[in-house]
Amino acid sequence: MTSKEASDTNSFARKARSGISHTLLIIVAIVFLGPLLYAVSTSLKPADEVFTPAPHLFGSEIRWQNYADAFKFAPFGRYFLNSLFVAVVGTLVVLAASSLSAYAFARLRFWGRDQLFVVFLGTLMVPQEVLIVPMYWLMQSLGWVDSYWALIFPWAFTAFGTFLLRQFFLTVPAELEEAARVDGCGPFGSFFRIMLPLARPALAVLTVFTFISFWGSFLWPLVIINSVEDKGTVPLGLAQFIGQQGTQWNLMMAASILAMLPTVLLVILLQKHLVRGLLVTGLGGR
Amino acid sequence: MATDTTTVTSPRDVPPGKAPAGRRPALRRDGRSAGVFLAPGLAGLALFTLFPTAMALGISLFDWPVFGERSFLGLDNYSHLLHDPVFRRVVLNTALFVVLYVPLNVVVSLGLAVWLGPKIKGRQAFRVLFFIPVMTPMVANVMVWRLLFQPDGLIDSGLQTWFGVHAPNFLGSSSWAMPAIVAMSIWQGFGYNFLVFSAALDQVPQSQLESAQIDGAGALHRFRYVVWPMITPSIFFATTMTLITSFQVFAQPFILTQGGPGVSTQTIVMYVYNQGWQFLNMGLAAAAGWVLFVIIMGLSAIQFIGQKRWVHHDV
Repeated sequence: MTSKEASDTNSFARKARSGISHTLLIIVAIVFLGPLLYAVSTSLKPADEVFTPAPHLFGSEIRWQNYADAFKFAPFGRYFLNSLFVAVVGTLVVLAASSLSAYAFARLRFWGRDQLFVVFLGTLMVPQEVLIVPMYWLMQSLGWVDSYWALIFPWAFTAFGTFLLRQFFLTVPAELEEAARVDGCGPFGSFFRIMLPLARPALAVLTVFTFISFWGSFLWPLVIINSVEDKGTVPLGLAQFIGQQGTQWNLMMAASILAMLPTVLLVILLQKHLVRGLLVTGLGGR
Repeated sequence: MATDTTTVTSPRDVPPGKAPAGRRPALRRDGRSAGVFLAPGLAGLALFTLFPTAMALGISLFDWPVFGERSFLGLDNYSHLLHDPVFRRVVLNTALFVVLYVPLNVVVSLGLAVWLGPKIKGRQAFRVLFFIPVMTPMVANVMVWRLLFQPDGLIDSGLQTWFGVHAPNFLGSSSWAMPAIVAMSIWQGFGYNFLVFSAALDQVPQSQLESAQIDGAGALHRFRYVVWPMITPSIFFATTMTLITSFQVFAQPFILTQGGPGVSTQTIVMYVYNQGWQFLNMGLAAAAGWVLFVIIMGLSAIQFIGQKRWVHHDV
């Protein structure tokens, strides 16, 4: 039997198979979502009904009040503002510093460029955990312990953004920029007027990744922030729930869901850019 | 500059340091503006990465309490680590996590990416779905799983309702705690590799797959001889990155088990944190951090050397 005959006679079988495959996928997706659905359902239960037996998704009442109570249990309003401030300022610093150096590495010719770029790449190998002790000492020396600056600056100069944007700048045809240069546009002009506008998808990807890593960062804030009530970020606030006697699971889940919302929205809004961005920036490994 | 457009199609084609002689003036001008472009990134990287990396090595040679007198120890911190049964256990725990987590992550993410091929309806929605836990704060994800693993939590109560048996006390049992941490970590992390693999698979030309099919190649054959060679760079990228990040596991054991029971789920990074900020011994913490760094560098080097055998770079 040739494969052409096979594809004719099997078209019904194939449809059936794709139907089964699709159904299985939906089951996988529901199992995958299970923990999140469970968190939502727990966040809406009264405290004494958190551990109701499995089939009951909801308690005797749906307590939206838990979300308000979570804000009373700990100053989550404050944590959200702190996280937002740190993530926004941090992301802006990352975008500025890495787009500038990426342009230099991709487009300018200068002595020692390739050697310097290797040094940049080399720093990607250094794990945060190696830096955390000297960084703490450095912050002590600068008087930055327990400050917003300590939350923002130490991690705003990683080479990741430079690497990612350089990959993108390399794909921009040189002709575009050369024409501008012939017309008297200097490197700064062509950077701001030509390269940055073109780089929007790559910048969007970098924005998402950076914002999210600042938003979710845990180890460093845990180390550097002493006055959690005042300068704590969202993950630190959440971690306050552990070690509590008689954990208030329903409030904790409400707080966790709230902590997830901004990034979930970001992913849904930017989904197309994310997949495309992975391709154009070479993060897909190509 | 205009000559560039005729001789050079992309800057990648310019061999470094081999610009034609006539370009000297431009080179000098570039050099000056390059300084301005590089200044912020370079200064930040020098102050916040290069200098601290060297500093970490320095600190690791001292008895360096957070407050009080520091004294030079030489390699004593390292020999202390070598003989500390807790540190040995911590390295083993971390290795166990990596050995379980990395292959499972790659298999799950690659399997789902292949399954969700271009013919599946709504694949964009699935992609977003699996990506959500990657992007949500790790601490929030771990909190949710802490509840899930509780006695009378969803897993336990489900087993009770439908099978009438109790689940093991996942987080309180030394044999279940690590698998529980691995399971949680895969749930939260595979979406990234899944997206990477999906993007790579999308680039495999359908025409090649169809012509292979017409030539009578079955699904497994098509995967092995058409798809696989084209996605090996992605597999390499994903396994290397996953390997590196999985050695840095911290938040999952820290919040799920606090490293317990005993020290059975304590990891290297938890050890660094405990030494530095619980026992206030920065010297030992820095030494443990350097050991982690050396492990990561060694494994990445092995990965890069090994890639020549199986990664196809020119397809």
